[in-house]
Amino acid sequence: MSQLPTLIWVFAYLSLLTVGGGLAAFPELKFLTVEVYHWLGFQDLVHLYSLGQVAPGPNMMMVAAIGERVAGLVGAAVVVVAFFGPTGVLTLGVGRLWQRLEGWRWRDAIQRGLAPVSVGLLVAGTISLAKGALTGWHSMVISVVVFILLLRTRINPALLVLCGAVTGLLALR
Amino acid sequence: MTAPPTPVVDATLGQIFRVFLVIGATSFGGGVMAYLRSSLVEKRAWIDDPTFVQMLAMSQSLPGLNSTNMAVLVGDRLRGTMGAVAALAGICLPGGLMMVAIGMIHRAHGARPEAIAMLHGVAGAAVGLVAAVAVQIGRKVLTRIDDLVFIALAIVGVSVLHQSVLLVLAVVGGMGIWWYRPRTAALESPGR
Repeated sequence: MSQLPTLIWVFAYLSLLTVGGGLAAFPELKFLTVEVYHWLGFQDLVHLYSLGQVAPGPNMMMVAAIGERVAGLVGAAVVVVAFFGPTGVLTLGVGRLWQRLEGWRWRDAIQRGLAPVSVGLLVAGTISLAKGALTGWHSMVISVVVFILLLRTRINPALLVLCGAVTGLLALR
Repeated sequence: MTAPPTPVVDATLGQIFRVFLVIGATSFGGGVMAYLRSSLVEKRAWIDDPTFVQMLAMSQSLPGLNSTNMAVLVGDRLRGTMGAVAALAGICLPGGLMMVAIGMIHRAHGARPEAIAMLHGVAGAAVGLVAAVAVQIGRKVLTRIDDLVFIALAIVGVSVLHQSVLLVLAVVGGMGIWWYRPRTAALESPGR
């Protein structure tokens, strides 16, 4: 029960790091949930994040699964509110202010300057995920094939993740 | 039929919640933006295209996921703060419930050999997926060679020096904003 306040601050803090996408916060998500609080193992985190790619809606709903693991359904609800609440309030406030900032010359500088940093953070998140996910040559081949297919075709990514599951199963035999 | 620049629409809280619930339940495979656009702009005409693009740009430069930031902005535009809450709750609920269920199944059966084999495949595919997303976003963002420096600094800060994402965001982000700071009118285009 006493885990709830910790869950709240961890996920509220993580949410503020998701500039450019949820993946940007992945290295910090790993550090806090795996190394600092030992809520789950790195492999579990990698698996839940990967399974989260199959779920519809915002692509970080896997945080609900971490909350559930730590403190049951209440934990799941608390984590979702902590993760989406603070940025929601921020967006609400800035959204109303944004039009009034139309002529403010730093507005474009902020947009322009943060864009490449957010791409760098996405790549860093990918590296962190890959360290836990690419455990053998099977998963490496799957990742490369999926990468190429997604850049060259318009296949639904969720379908490819499911294909990855089937391929993994077939590789077992 | 010509749409006004900012459509004045009557959307009840219930309608907002339902529309975002459907988007949250059907947007399989990422790309929630495409689902949002087809539902909000094309099907319902709750917002027009320029507004959608402007909201998207705002969503991308603010912390928070693009999809949930969009839900907040559109919900607020339609029905104020409660509209934002309804939209956010709607878009998060289906995926959240599904992930809680998946998490429970993973905990109960994740240690079986078949499950481990499948999860290896899923994790491999997920790496390919997120790498492709990073490349696709990078292609859109990269317009000047200077950008490469900031991308590299962010990667080195997190992946090599193992600094916290917050510190890297503050330091490299601050440098980026300073690099693209507004110049005095005399140095830039003289027309402005």
